[in-house]
Amino acid sequence: MAAPLLQVKDLVMHFPVKSRGVVARTVGHVQAVDGISFDLEAGQALGLVGESGCGKTTTGRLVTRLQKPTSGQIIFEGHDIAQAPPRALKPLRRDIQMIFQDPYTSLNPRQTVGEIVGAPLAIHKLVPASKRLARVQEMLEIVGLNPEHYNRYPHEFSGGQRQRIGIARALTLQPKLLVADEPVSALDVSIQAQVINLMQDLQREFNISFLFIAHDLAIVRYFCPEIAVMYLGKIVEKAPREELYANPRHPYTKALLSAAPDVGQAAIGGRRERIRLVGDVPSPINPPSGCHFRTRCWKAQDICATTEPLLRKVDVSIGVRPGAAAPAGGSTAIAGTTVATPVDEVACHFPEP
Amino acid sequence: MSRPFLSVENLAVLFPTSDGIVRATDGLSYTLERGKTLGIVGESGSGKSVSSSAILGLHRNTSAMVSGQIWFDGTELLGISDDEMRAKRGKDVAMIFQDPLSALHPYYRVGDQISEAYLAHNSVPKRVARARTIEMLARVGIPQPDRRVDDYPHQFSGGMRQRVMIAMALINDPILLIADEPTTALDVTVQAQILDLLQDLQREFNTALIMITHDLGVIAEIADDVLVMYAGRAVEYGSARELLTKPAMPYTWGLIQSIPDVSGPLDRPLRPIPGNPPSLLNPPVGCPFFARCEYSRFVPGNRCATELPELRPVDEGHLKRCHLEDDELDSYDAVLAGGH
Repeated sequence: MAAPLLQVKDLVMHFPVKSRGVVARTVGHVQAVDGISFDLEAGQALGLVGESGCGKTTTGRLVTRLQKPTSGQIIFEGHDIAQAPPRALKPLRRDIQMIFQDPYTSLNPRQTVGEIVGAPLAIHKLVPASKRLARVQEMLEIVGLNPEHYNRYPHEFSGGQRQRIGIARALTLQPKLLVADEPVSALDVSIQAQVINLMQDLQREFNISFLFIAHDLAIVRYFCPEIAVMYLGKIVEKAPREELYANPRHPYTKALLSAAPDVGQAAIGGRRERIRLVGDVPSPINPPSGCHFRTRCWKAQDICATTEPLLRKVDVSIGVRPGAAAPAGGSTAIAGTTVATPVDEVACHFPEP
Repeated sequence: MSRPFLSVENLAVLFPTSDGIVRATDGLSYTLERGKTLGIVGESGSGKSVSSSAILGLHRNTSAMVSGQIWFDGTELLGISDDEMRAKRGKDVAMIFQDPLSALHPYYRVGDQISEAYLAHNSVPKRVARARTIEMLARVGIPQPDRRVDDYPHQFSGGMRQRVMIAMALINDPILLIADEPTTALDVTVQAQILDLLQDLQREFNTALIMITHDLGVIAEIADDVLVMYAGRAVEYGSARELLTKPAMPYTWGLIQSIPDVSGPLDRPLRPIPGNPPSLLNPPVGCPFFARCEYSRFVPGNRCATELPELRPVDEGHLKRCHLEDDELDSYDAVLAGGH
């Protein structure tokens, strides 16, 4: 089996908190991302969900190396890029691109669409200036914009069209991995579906992998076959979407799903029982010991405060395997078949059955 | 016949600009009874916020041109003086704004900001207002209210700030509460807490609630009736269950089909609504949704482009603004599905 396109191992990002005064001493760390691991295969989409401050955006910024992680590995096509110096990163930027949340602030208002979409080509000197316009127009056509509009400015476009410009810019270099950070949350409902469908078409056509970061559970479910749920810098559960939504194992996932409004259910009068989480998310500067979720968890026991639960595999039929040391790969290989058992990974001492 | 508790009749809000008149809301009518929740759904620029701020008289002393009638608890609000309006605003009618960080003053303690709302309508000593403020903070679920009352807005989290806004809006026991996207800036678990809180308080005080949102999920959770707005006009109105299960107008269909769900089949394709909403500077003569509507071809004689459909009943208490015939809705879908 070929190695995955992207492997993230024990990724950590701690931002120092400085004291005030002339001599700024480090008085603590915001533990934004605190040891997360995941794989992403070529052409696949992994969803990262969680609430504000859970570290999902920071994870995206680390994978694109807009920030340098404190420790851990980011292995892209077999090379660890976690600590790579800026010069070594330049060729990498062709392969890893990003789509930003806010189409109003992520496009330079003083550049034309042609300049914006053509900028990556100019920076990487891939296409001679004379042929750049043709390439830009081709990109605009692909994302469903009028190619003749290359000399217009961003303010002449609507929110959905601007997001298409951002997607065109990300696609110009034919990347292998796209990190999409809340790509539709700033758009109106009727426009969101247009952009989601566009990204899905592009993914199929160009075999692009997506790291899809969002807080909207319904959109992530629609877009990503596999989903990781983050809470306070950690992945608490990772599972195929069929499993995750039908049978959440981690209490936090369960609470998160129960809080998401469900149009289909509510419309027919069926209303799931909502789990009310008490209080707020604790500060990532000083997260709770052991399991980060224990302060708000209704299942918490003494062990949750002392021992941190590791992300371990749950066999759908058997429950948590004895001993956390599941074999690498984790899927039960059945002779003669290549079908892996859908494996749910959960970081909890008392997962839901 | 007595008037409904709140009755908005033929409301229009127009903004003159250097480019022409923006018809932000036009010909809007709806009613609401005490203890009930009306959800107003629409995209940005559909007129949902503008029409609701007209109830509070927030377009007074601006260049906006407001016409129509707003009957609230027996009084016509557009006709009363500024002083009379001021006596109602914040007392009988209160509003919760979308972004609590920009709606709260960063330099003043939250307790002082909430008390100010109480002192504006009650001549009581400051310590009475303060006691009342602490009581309200406790009521909206802020822990240690006697200490938090002296904190500044930046010392609260997003969900807590929204609770402060709710405490401020409810301190005078309003009988009508307008919530303008109160949970849009919040995470889902916090959103669930706030929606629960609003419903508890509504039951307790028998408040009428107008919930403005673009999120059909929120509507499904808390609204009794729903008003769908598009390009400044009401396009569909009905009970929440009826409207979400049997939508009667193509724009509402489009909205429901264009959002994914957290349950149900995974292979249901998203059907986006093509195009963008029209400019309100020169609203279309015919149906405002005409340019994006796949169903207009079923209406004979190009009426959608030339004639604004009436808001007409499809069923008991269910209105739609559409030329399509109701008894043929299913067959349209079959034709469209066959065409793809």
